[in-house]
Amino acid sequence: MNEIIKKYFRNNKLPHIWCPGCGNGIVLGALARAVDKLGLDQNKTAVISGIGCSSRSTGYLDFDTIHTAHGRALTFATGLKLARPELNVIVITGDGDCTAIGGNHFIHAARRNIDITTVIFNNNIYGMTGGQYSPLTPTKGKSTTSPYGHIEKPFDIPELAIAAGATYVARGTTYHTMELSKLIANAIEHKGFSVVEALSSCPISFGRQNKLGNAPSMMKLLKEKAISIKAAEKLPPEKLAGKYLIGELFRKQLPEYTEEYQKIINNLTEGGQMQ
Amino acid sequence: MSQAFLVQGNEACALGALAAGVRFFAGYPITPSTEIAEILSKELPKVGGKFIQMEDEIASIGAVCGASLGGYKAITATSGPGFSLKQELIGYATLAEIPLVVVNVQRGGPSTGQPTSPSQADVMQARWGSHGDKGVIALSPSSVQETYALTIDAVNLAERYRTPVIFLLDEVVGHMREKLIIPKTPPKIIDRRKPNPGELPYTPGPNGVPPLPAFGEGYRFHVTGLIHDETGFPTGNPEVTDKTIRRLHSKLEDNIKDILRYSEYQTDDAEFLIISYGCSARSAEKAVKLGRAQGIKLGLLRLISIWPFPTELIMSKTKNVHKVFVAEMNYGQVTAEVIKAIGREKTEGILRVDSQLITPDEILSTVTKGVY
Repeated sequence: MNEIIKKYFRNNKLPHIWCPGCGNGIVLGALARAVDKLGLDQNKTAVISGIGCSSRSTGYLDFDTIHTAHGRALTFATGLKLARPELNVIVITGDGDCTAIGGNHFIHAARRNIDITTVIFNNNIYGMTGGQYSPLTPTKGKSTTSPYGHIEKPFDIPELAIAAGATYVARGTTYHTMELSKLIANAIEHKGFSVVEALSSCPISFGRQNKLGNAPSMMKLLKEKAISIKAAEKLPPEKLAGKYLIGELFRKQLPEYTEEYQKIINNLTEGGQMQ
Repeated sequence: MSQAFLVQGNEACALGALAAGVRFFAGYPITPSTEIAEILSKELPKVGGKFIQMEDEIASIGAVCGASLGGYKAITATSGPGFSLKQELIGYATLAEIPLVVVNVQRGGPSTGQPTSPSQADVMQARWGSHGDKGVIALSPSSVQETYALTIDAVNLAERYRTPVIFLLDEVVGHMREKLIIPKTPPKIIDRRKPNPGELPYTPGPNGVPPLPAFGEGYRFHVTGLIHDETGFPTGNPEVTDKTIRRLHSKLEDNIKDILRYSEYQTDDAEFLIISYGCSARSAEKAVKLGRAQGIKLGLLRLISIWPFPTELIMSKTKNVHKVFVAEMNYGQVTAEVIKAIGREKTEGILRVDSQLITPDEILSTVTKGVY
């Protein structure tokens, strides 16, 4: 990991701003290992984030990086990828950034099947503003804006992504770190819009309010609640109640947006050259 | 051979963008700007460029920011409610210093307002629409021919000053058909300055403007909407914050001679001056002709660049006139700036907010009252 930190992180920007016990570093480590495993060219890879704790990641990564406005990472990523399809474009976003303020951009990027990989750090809460409920806060969950218990139902991010048209969808956790890295690598390799939901934990802003214990106890919860999609196939539905499926949940090969656009250019020009 | 066309202002804007080297457009359909998107969806892929209709107005300017950082000259076009929605990322592009052009074909507001009628009521939104202090360039053409040339200028200014440029068309100029002559000599094109080896992405050059590499060229730099230092990384340092905010203003104000655009008509011996811009300036010019025929020494100062505001120009051009009339289709947005420059006694607004074009007779009758 030391070599990976040296190579893919802006070492003069560390240490990071995250709280003790935060899962963000684990997800970011999994992402860096995935990039390393695939041998992506650092000069041809752009990482784009929104606003929130997890979106601060781009400042630490040694690529071309954009820390955009709240919810807007996928809009910048779409413009960059369409303009420069030869670049690898990876989006880092949180559960609130991606599915609340950025929800419209998320479903439309998925529908277009543009070749962008989106890694969603899901800690079930708005951490940077101090613990307000997000679209992923569980029903009955306590937050500083649901002091009497949350009455809304959370999104299921993979189901949302699949319904919207994403062609690679996976879920991992910060407990299953190696698998998470593999899922992210597969997502980057996939041609089309790929989504990896990384279940993480926020002991300070979510755990404390919901009496979930310290960081190791929260990680234990991730382990206990997760069940691999392969194991789940053999289990009756009652055994799956309250569990999260993890692993590669969906994969389909469909025409990719920038390639389809290039076909239009090629039909109208000689060799698709820009004039 | 130069070529002549009979086209709308919106079409001239799209053709000007292509001539300026724009190869990326992202937008969202909205009256009365939609023709710009329609034309560019057809023309851009023919020259290897890219067009995308995004899911909303915010996404459109977000995609334009992304494409611009990818090294493309990129624009978007919108109107009224869409211009309101774009303010968030206009502010982002101002602080992150991303060159782009936002065309706003002004229609009546507030809210959905008068979608098919002209207005000039977004002048102040162009200046102060997004939160925080910032400098801005805004240009406003009065004819189809000028729309073509000024769109090229807008793209060039965005590149030279690494900033969003607001292109204030209005429904009249956008939809009016006039002769457009496209000169045979290609226009002068300005490209953003690339960094010299070792130069930081946010170190201002001699004109106050930092260089901008494209993504994918190996610079591996960071872009953020947080206040940042010359390396591009966020900082809470009050001195850096002060320097950054002041530079966002000064890089435009210190170069106002390069940005300033205006025209004069019959001003040499004028005792009374009309200040106007965009569609209203067309009526103002006719009013000058009518007034001169009646023996009134009337002239027109037509603003083509509105922001940074040409305060010194207005002070010098109004020194020897008895009275200044500002003709505009809003509640007095430029009028207030003129009052700020030369005082209330000498200034009178000729303002219309009923979605109808100000007529030459209307201007002349107000002027006449002021004269006699």
